[in-house]
Amino acid sequence: MPAVTFVLASGAIQEVPLTEGSSLMEIAKMHAVPGIDGDCGGCCACGTCHVIVDEAWRNRLPPITSAEAQMLAIHAGADPGSRLACQIPATAALDGLRVRVPDHQF
Amino acid sequence: MKLTDRITELSHLDRSLQAVQARVPMDLQIKGMHLYQRLKRRLTGRAAEPRFIEYPLPAADAVPIEALDPTSPFLYRQGLWQSYFKRLRDEAPVHWNGHTPFGGVWSITRYDDIMTVDRDHERFSAEPFIVMGEPPEGLDLAMFIAMDPPRHDRQRMAVQGVVSPRNLQEMESLIRSRTREVLDSLPLGTPFNWVERVSIELTARMLATLLDFPYEQRHRLVKWSDTAANLASATGGTVTADEAFSAMAEMAAAFTRLWHDKARRIAAGEPPGFDLISLLLTSPDTRDMIERPLEFLGNLALLIVGGNDTTRNSMSGGVYAHHLYPSEFAKLKANPELIPNMVAEIIRWQTPLAHMRRVATRDTRLGGQFIRRGDKLIMWYASGNRDERKFENADAFIIDRPNARQHMSFGFGVHRCMGNRLAELQLRILWEEILPRFDTIEVLEKPQIVQSNFVRGYSRLMVRLTPARRQTS
Repeated sequence: MPAVTFVLASGAIQEVPLTEGSSLMEIAKMHAVPGIDGDCGGCCACGTCHVIVDEAWRNRLPPITSAEAQMLAIHAGADPGSRLACQIPATAALDGLRVRVPDHQF
Repeated sequence: MKLTDRITELSHLDRSLQAVQARVPMDLQIKGMHLYQRLKRRLTGRAAEPRFIEYPLPAADAVPIEALDPTSPFLYRQGLWQSYFKRLRDEAPVHWNGHTPFGGVWSITRYDDIMTVDRDHERFSAEPFIVMGEPPEGLDLAMFIAMDPPRHDRQRMAVQGVVSPRNLQEMESLIRSRTREVLDSLPLGTPFNWVERVSIELTARMLATLLDFPYEQRHRLVKWSDTAANLASATGGTVTADEAFSAMAEMAAAFTRLWHDKARRIAAGEPPGFDLISLLLTSPDTRDMIERPLEFLGNLALLIVGGNDTTRNSMSGGVYAHHLYPSEFAKLKANPELIPNMVAEIIRWQTPLAHMRRVATRDTRLGGQFIRRGDKLIMWYASGNRDERKFENADAFIIDRPNARQHMSFGFGVHRCMGNRLAELQLRILWEEILPRFDTIEVLEKPQIVQSNFVRGYSRLMVRLTPARRQTS
């Protein structure tokens, strides 16, 4: 079964099965991945589903829209691999994706 | 001399005032501006500021929808805000009233529409002000909450570190020990005002720490914050322009001193702290902010108000909410793990700041209405947080509400509250320390509500505490 891996702030690993049709934020919430809040419900307006994508995967994800870039621009913990999980649609193509959950969401 | 000549002369004065700004101490500049504005008001005969006199407002269904005015600073105090906003949400969710004391106003009252406006900073600008009215002329402080990107981003990033995860971690034990100290000093079995003894005291201590302000003078921060947030012309509050000018002059003097003192210490090799002034002094975008008085004062006022009224009124609001919904307090005592979710629910239920303002940057459409460029839109967070379309049984306080975190009180988009995690931390610790100490917090009378269309605050909440029975093993 296709799955994505969340590396938690504690260092623990959580594998979550991919459910097509939702977003990476939604599947994280569905499986209670700690550290993913998604306070705005997934419309790219709060920045509380911030994840850092493994380098190998950065070019394989849909590009960052201007709305997402703007939310990341005010994020003090942003890193070159930073993405908002609500902006990444869950598709089978993401099988094997690895993202890190920061120790704090803004 | 003809009036027009006088005005021309005044505008020369205006320019000369600007020219000397860089050399004259900031508090004197503000005093000068105050005198100048008073003179100008006298000469031009322009009406002074609005004054709000309370009278009973009409019931929500007693006026035609187009005349409904949700901008009254007495709406919350008179217990009418829920019925006003419910009618607006149901009948006119994007509602125009051209004749409020604050001019023409679009009221946006549904959750989804507010979200649309808040997210779209290109179509709906936060400039020049984020409250309903205007500050007195000459006191139009510049703050990043009322700037659009990219200027907003640079200034916000410069100060964001004050509430960084590392800072919050370091602050947690300090916040806890102060909370314990304040709670342990409360009288048991005798009535007292929770607002003064707990909510104001705890938030003032926090502010003094964030600003590295002299601890024993922390009450001055509270006074400046209350002044800045309660201007009659801006939010329908009780503060006059004269009072605001003198408070801002005081604040300017105190912070100029703090700024130069810190700058000297850093220059002498002392490592900069994590307080706000040190952060401003060490960021390339803000290190010369002292030379831009309106910006310097504006950003300080923003952070003081942002960290004061909001958390203070959530600290009082939580106690009042539990009084109105006693079964929730029983639920909480049986399951203290609900505290983090309860904190979000308190912030939703209270919505300490009722609204934020935007201005349309072009002709546009929203909710079927035609909005003209330059129109003023009020996003009523207090209404969005009670929107039945988003929150089931929205008026009720339910500490395990599943989507409590989706409340709008922190705003959404680029202006989302920077201190949200600190606010949550302070409230979480407060309730973690309340539970083992007190069996009941009895609210003895209806709370007193402040006059404002912006701050949803309590000035008096009389309570009586019963100590927790000691558990015997």
